[in-house]
Amino acid sequence: MALKGRLQDFGITQLLNLINLARKTGTLYVEGQKGEAQLCFREGKLIYAFMDGVEDSLPLLLQRAGKLTSEQAQTIMAHVRGKSDRDVALMLIQAKHIQQQDVSDSVRQHMLNLVYRVFGWNEGSFHFEPSELPVQGKLTTPVALENVIMEGSRRLKEWERLQDELPDLDIALKFADRPTTPLRDINLSVEEWRVISFINPSNTIRQVAQYNNMTEFQIRKIVYSLLQAGLVQIVRPPRPAATPPGSAGEKGQAAQADASAVRRPAVKRSLVHKLIDRIREL
Amino acid sequence: MQTLKIVVTGPFSSGKTEFIQSISEIDVVSTERKISRSAERIKSATTVAMDFGRITIDEDLILYLFGTPGQRRFDFMWEILSEGMLGFIVLVDSTRPETFREARRILDTFRSYSPVPYIVAANKQDMEDAWPAEDLKIVLQVEEGVKVVPCVAVKKDSVKQVLLELLYSILELMDEEE
Repeated sequence: MALKGRLQDFGITQLLNLINLARKTGTLYVEGQKGEAQLCFREGKLIYAFMDGVEDSLPLLLQRAGKLTSEQAQTIMAHVRGKSDRDVALMLIQAKHIQQQDVSDSVRQHMLNLVYRVFGWNEGSFHFEPSELPVQGKLTTPVALENVIMEGSRRLKEWERLQDELPDLDIALKFADRPTTPLRDINLSVEEWRVISFINPSNTIRQVAQYNNMTEFQIRKIVYSLLQAGLVQIVRPPRPAATPPGSAGEKGQAAQADASAVRRPAVKRSLVHKLIDRIREL
Repeated sequence: MQTLKIVVTGPFSSGKTEFIQSISEIDVVSTERKISRSAERIKSATTVAMDFGRITIDEDLILYLFGTPGQRRFDFMWEILSEGMLGFIVLVDSTRPETFREARRILDTFRSYSPVPYIVAANKQDMEDAWPAEDLKIVLQVEEGVKVVPCVAVKKDSVKQVLLELLYSILELMDEEE
């Protein structure tokens, strides 16, 4: 009987702990709000993973890891059509295009990135199919789950903190009027530069992420660091317009226009001066 | 008889009740209850409904001070309390940095309710470990032009000064709009 349940009741961390401790072999199917993942394990170790039914080919993984250029990856893919990843890896290693370590590092990194994404899912369903493993020819790399669980939990906490610090991605950024750090002293990563190039009060953070093909986690992390460094500032959305005071239907119209807009009272200057005088006397 | 309203808001246990008590001419109508949640056992009672203070300006004008419930689970009352307010004060306990994030959220929430002027009062400035008001301005990402005023909520003069600063901000806004 397969293990099955809801992520709300039994989270990813608990599932991986169980698989690790019970040294399980098989495939864990996870269906969350943001996709479907399949994670394969052998004797409690993660060996293979893919998302949304898409198993990226080895040249693509090597390209993402910076081991191949885009042109190289395209050429290789065109020449090795129909061959298994294992055969492609052997061919590339023998031709000295890459080293064996590059292959295992790239596959491992791809797998881990995918698993860490699944850590953020707290709603959805899962089931575990014992003894079901990847088909022959797939490249597998055993990864001990203890470290994955620790790193995943750390990232989850970081993610929660970032979400707390920057809950709304539909706000825009602008360059700080008076940056706390002199610009010439700043070293930015390529990713940070990509974000910086889109900083504009008319672009929301979400749009910047979309332009740059970044995940919410990546964009939050970069924007948070730019905010902390005092390089950029959040452009606050404009305050709701003041409701014209005194009109009879004012409240109803305002409520219809914007349920959250609260009336501002019509107060004369003289009243405010009266308040000031009285409070001074107290 | 005309009545005006100023809302005093801020995180749990930031000193809203003391603030209103210090200046109100009536005993503050406060519905304090014993705290049940262990995480919130910083003080023995908290405001579950609201604080309500009064200052009579003259025979035709009364200023009411409303304190918002400090705990997040009563935030449904915030918007109700905000209705028709003249301005609002965000009271922050300057000695408890763990509440600054919550203060920022409250500030943003109230700011979204209404375009009225507001100020931040950095409470407990008489304590040794109080963060300076100017640091709080940065931490809370307070807009340019909005005042962050040092405050000791149990001292009447200090509370008076906070209220006056808010009223000056209201006048400044009126000047801008004219």
